[in-house]
Amino acid sequence: MTTVFGVPVQALLGQLLVGLINGSFYAMLSLGLAIIFGLLNVVNFAHGAFYTLGAFTAWFLLQFAGVNYWGALVLAPLAVGLAGALVERTLIKRLNSLDPIYGLLLTFGLALFIQGLLQNKYGSSGQPYEMPESLTGGYALGFMFLPRYRAWVVVFSLLVCGATWFVTERTRLGSYLRAATENPALVQAFGVNVPRLVTATYGLGVGLAALAGVLAAPVYRVSPQMGSDLIIVVFAVVVIGGMGSIMGSIVTGFALGIIEGLTKVFYPEASNTVIFVVMAIVLLIKPSGLFGRTA
Amino acid sequence: MTSLRNLQMVALASLMVGTVPASALAQAKPPAQAPAPAQPPAQMTDKVIKIGVLNDQSGLYADLSGKGSVLAAKMAVEDFGGQVGGTPVEVIFADHQNKPDIGSNVARQWLDVDKVDVIVDVPTSSVALAVSEIAKTKNKVFLDSGAGSIDLTGKACTPNTVHWTYDTYALAHGTGSAVVANGGSSWFFLTADYAFGHALEKDVSDVVKASGGKVLGAVRHPLNTADFSSFLLQAQSSGAKVIGLANAGGDTINAIKAASEFGITEGGQKLAGLLVFISDVHALGLPSAKGLQLTSAFYWDTNDQTRAFSKRFSERNGGKVPTMVHAGVYSSVLHYLKAVQALKSDADGKAVVAQMKAMPTEDPLFGKGSIRADGRKIHPMYLYEVKAPSESKKPWDYYKLVRTIPAEQAFRPLAQSECPLVKK
Repeated sequence: MTTVFGVPVQALLGQLLVGLINGSFYAMLSLGLAIIFGLLNVVNFAHGAFYTLGAFTAWFLLQFAGVNYWGALVLAPLAVGLAGALVERTLIKRLNSLDPIYGLLLTFGLALFIQGLLQNKYGSSGQPYEMPESLTGGYALGFMFLPRYRAWVVVFSLLVCGATWFVTERTRLGSYLRAATENPALVQAFGVNVPRLVTATYGLGVGLAALAGVLAAPVYRVSPQMGSDLIIVVFAVVVIGGMGSIMGSIVTGFALGIIEGLTKVFYPEASNTVIFVVMAIVLLIKPSGLFGRTA
Repeated sequence: MTSLRNLQMVALASLMVGTVPASALAQAKPPAQAPAPAQPPAQMTDKVIKIGVLNDQSGLYADLSGKGSVLAAKMAVEDFGGQVGGTPVEVIFADHQNKPDIGSNVARQWLDVDKVDVIVDVPTSSVALAVSEIAKTKNKVFLDSGAGSIDLTGKACTPNTVHWTYDTYALAHGTGSAVVANGGSSWFFLTADYAFGHALEKDVSDVVKASGGKVLGAVRHPLNTADFSSFLLQAQSSGAKVIGLANAGGDTINAIKAASEFGITEGGQKLAGLLVFISDVHALGLPSAKGLQLTSAFYWDTNDQTRAFSKRFSERNGGKVPTMVHAGVYSSVLHYLKAVQALKSDADGKAVVAQMKAMPTEDPLFGKGSIRADGRKIHPMYLYEVKAPSESKKPWDYYKLVRTIPAEQAFRPLAQSECPLVKK
């Protein structure tokens, strides 16, 4: 069997695919984070908590209302997105005029609050959430067994990322959004309701996080920690991609998933830290991030 | 706003998540259990016997120890009557976040400033080993229930430490030898990369080799890993008949879940969960966990006494039954209080532990037992198999007994011990 640095090519291909799958989650989460940062200038630390809430909402819907996975895939992001919009309206908006550090502190507190509540009620081991019948099983690819559900995760998140990119970069609504980030006062003067736009955007970003949460529920457990385990990695992705850059977060999300997967083959002990090593290197070479626009 | 400014914020944010304990509030002290008597006996160090429950209150081991252990310690105190010879007993707790530095700080603060007399539970072997050393230096008592490393009663043993519930030797000789006996002759390990995982991997490897099996390799994964698919792919390509999970809590759950998704067991490989708690089985659900063999010191549905205790416990623990760690905390606190009562003093930790070793242990959860010279508490261990969903008749009806491992076989024989206290 051919090997690369002592690792069989087959195993390597498997790892690349697994990295791509994890990358899907990174991409979807960092996408919402980048949108929120780009428009609101808020470092949304509650993003991981909204991801957790997405998964829990799916679980609640199944437990108490009998709504299945497909229903949850639509309803949970809507519900959590609305909750996010409410949070923006009632809390984050008030910090507009202050140093962004306050927004960070507020969302960080919010994250601790949500996580603490869920932890108190449901414990740390999490709740099982079965995957839908139609997505169980998998494909034998020769070099690995690809679970059908994971394949679905990759395809679905590519679609979502593509759609979000299209909306922000190629539509009239997207152009309003981008203009509002550059000069809110001017855009307001043209008759666009900027505060409403901001609320909707925050809701959209949060909804994306919740959508990733529903996608993750059958793969991982529905557990209060699922968000805090991921959030730092996702922040690193956004920083490497360039704060606020949509394309940057999508590309970096997938790329880092793959780098992490490869580290797990060659030196597993470092798999938790490799992303931060990459972040340090990128920042040394290009402080604004790979796709960042220099200020 | 410059990008440099944004970076500063992200750096600050990362620091916050990394270092601010989400549970800084866990230090809060509950009110004293009983009113202070007018005249405490002179032999006690101060006017109260203070029990400190130190464990993971918020992370991957919070369900198997955590608040349940605090409750178990409180129940032991209540069942003992809330006081020893007129001195009230108080239970406090803190979160060590599975980090040896944080655990050591809390332990020092407790023993030096807060006048804590005994530290109990302490899962996560790396933290337990540090706390054991501190308890020895300060001549206090350490009763470990949650950690697994055999070094606690091996080369790192102290006259102040008792290791209560289980250890890596017991797990290796329980689950490990049972799996080998069923034809699992070649192994690949997924090992949590810290003291406990390494110890468990070594002990199971010894058992596998001693019974003529082979160890094909191992991969060391970081503690608290969410995604095991990469590691499982490596285990799969090793071609080993058995994939041994030398990890615990959330890590074991994630590994088992990913294994069922990636069709590992359908591919002919068997999973061996070397340390599985009933809270893990609950989180996995029986469809994913069925058929798994595991070694435990305690199961709630064993006899009338364990059922009665578990009923009282679960009523106060959100409906969740006690794990073997909770049972161990209850039993160890009860025995400690008996020893202090017999000695009429809690001042000299070494003397209290010597007294605990001198008296036979007996409680409703573990039955009759004893503590050896090296600090190892001895009781039978049990090999269980997780039931299929169709076999489970009531809530938490998860295990069927495969075999009882008698006390004298369950733990490492004294003759093999590296503990200086028993050096011949």
